[in-house]
Amino acid sequence: MKLVELTTRKKIRLFRQSVVLNREEKKEKNLMRANLIWVLFRRELASYFATPIAYVFIIIFLFLSGIFTFYLGDFFAREQADLSPFFSFHPWLYLFLIPALSMRLWAEERKGGTIELLLTLPITITEAVLGKFFAAWAFTAIALFLTFPIWLSVNYLGNPDNAVIMISYLGSLLMAGGFLAIGSCISALTKNQVIAFVITVVVCLAFILSGFPLVLDFFSGWAPQIIVETISSFSFLTHFSAISKGVIDLRDLIYFFSLITFWLFTTALLIEMKKAD
Amino acid sequence: MVEIKNLHKQFGLLTAVDNISFQVKKGEVLGFLGPNGAGKSTTMKMITGFLTPTAGNVTVYGHDIVQKPLEVKQRIGYLPEGAPAYPDMTPASFLEFIAQIRGLRGEDKRSKIKETIKQVNLESVLYQSIDTLSKGFKRRVGLAQAILHDPEVLILDEPTDGLDPNQKHEVRSLIKQKAQEKVIILSTHILEEVHAVCTRAIIIAEGKILADGTPAELEAKSQFHNAVTITLHTPKDNVEKIRQSLLKLPGVQKLEALMENNSTLSYQIFPKAQHPIIGEISQHARKQQWKVEELHVEKGRLDEVFRSITTVG
Ligand SMILES: Nc1ncnc2c1ncn2[C@@H]1O[C@H](COP(=O)(O)OP(=O)(O)OP(=O)(O)O)[C@@H](O)[C@H]1O
Ligand SMILES: [Mg+2]
Repeated sequence: MKLVELTTRKKIRLFRQSVVLNREEKKEKNLMRANLIWVLFRRELASYFATPIAYVFIIIFLFLSGIFTFYLGDFFAREQADLSPFFSFHPWLYLFLIPALSMRLWAEERKGGTIELLLTLPITITEAVLGKFFAAWAFTAIALFLTFPIWLSVNYLGNPDNAVIMISYLGSLLMAGGFLAIGSCISALTKNQVIAFVITVVVCLAFILSGFPLVLDFFSGWAPQIIVETISSFSFLTHFSAISKGVIDLRDLIYFFSLITFWLFTTALLIEMKKAD
Repeated sequence: MVEIKNLHKQFGLLTAVDNISFQVKKGEVLGFLGPNGAGKSTTMKMITGFLTPTAGNVTVYGHDIVQKPLEVKQRIGYLPEGAPAYPDMTPASFLEFIAQIRGLRGEDKRSKIKETIKQVNLESVLYQSIDTLSKGFKRRVGLAQAILHDPEVLILDEPTDGLDPNQKHEVRSLIKQKAQEKVIILSTHILEEVHAVCTRAIIIAEGKILADGTPAELEAKSQFHNAVTITLHTPKDNVEKIRQSLLKLPGVQKLEALMENNSTLSYQIFPKAQHPIIGEISQHARKQQWKVEELHVEKGRLDEVFRSITTVG
């Protein structure tokens, strides 16, 4: 009786050990895969700065942010210490700048034939898609970070609600991620960067306009309410304007994250399907 | 060991690779020959997992490329056609990147990178951007990337294309030197390269294997195989006599004059059924006391075999 008990106990212990071992093996494997994404990420990010792209992009981004905020946005005339004019232009700024960044993601790899090199290395397509996407996203984060003088000046001029500003920055970054994910997918379709740019602008414009009062009015005249709401719920504007008021709603976060996931998933799928074309 | 079974690739209506099967064992260097558009690169792209076969399968040391792509890709070093590399990087940073992706670390990584750089002579351009490298140096960067992790299988698509003669020689000796513990498949348009490095050659055209054998076996298919070239000095009025006496030898099928001027005669003599006839001819020449200047046997010409196999009709 006792003997049997011992052996079962021993068995259980052995089983536990093997589970732990398995878990650790898995953990190590996951770590290794994550490290691969990190390696890809660093190469991509470095390549932005190895060419003039990075500098041209950042300078234009900062320049336009300044113009939009201080001139078009009536920053001074409003006599309010906040950054809402600054953020309200971001969708329009991104509409042209992000496609210029995302167009090269895959089109360039196709054109230069390096896609063959990349995809015959021991990495999965998902890892490649993620590494590239995160690098582009990190790059926009850097550009966004460099707008901090605008934030400094508004703090100098008055007493803004800095929490709202931080949340708006977060929202803007999320929106940039959405634009980039769309751009990544369209860039995967072609080896021509100009075509990738134009199509991305059009698709992104649709995602912005679907929240525009003009467009919604057009639909609300005849379509059922639920359709109008669905259309508007797809809009960057609807979700971004909510966040940029300083309200973090889980639904807005889920919207951006699922949008990004969806487009990146489609990117991976398209690359898998038409690697060699 | 690389096993290819009934491999097939269809691009729309075009059949690029048509039911190809072969195996390559460790220690073999397989040369892929074939006219432009034959399907050499397409086959290599399927072996390395870039293209998915329309039908058939590829296994590398027992792992199927479609089912276990990562296991296979880890074992393969691949130089794609045209040796693509990121133009904005330098050879140094590019090799560092590849090494990291290949999971190399620390001292092992450093020594492998260093050794590879030495093997393909990249020292002089290490910190120049790949964009501005000459064609030959770009090819060498591609080659370096392929051999960096000392893979069990090397797939090289036209590895010596664009290299200068010295580099060609070096790359060939590098391949030969690595051949012992590896499976190597390379494609080439340079037939002398097949002699220089390959233990086996496959000729493909329009996606089908037309010949498969050692370079010597392929040469034996040549009509020049065992043909004899003889050059001799003789007074002019003897020419016709000599020609007739050669044609009368039992092993001789026909004879082609390479040179027939006043004092020097040169003939290429073709045997019946490609049997060796050199003995017969040299005996004959001695008996007739010809002043022979040159007498040698052709092994066969690979380019002639290539042409006759790959051109229809
Ligand atoms: N992505 C593709 N889409 C359509 N057709 C293709 C594609 N890739 C290759 N082909 C076709 O497949 C055939 C085989 O091409 P492949 O590149 O394998 O030839 P190859 O033997 O490597 O020729 P070369 O000696 O010129 O390098 C060609 O007719 C080519 O046009
Ligand atoms: Mg080719």
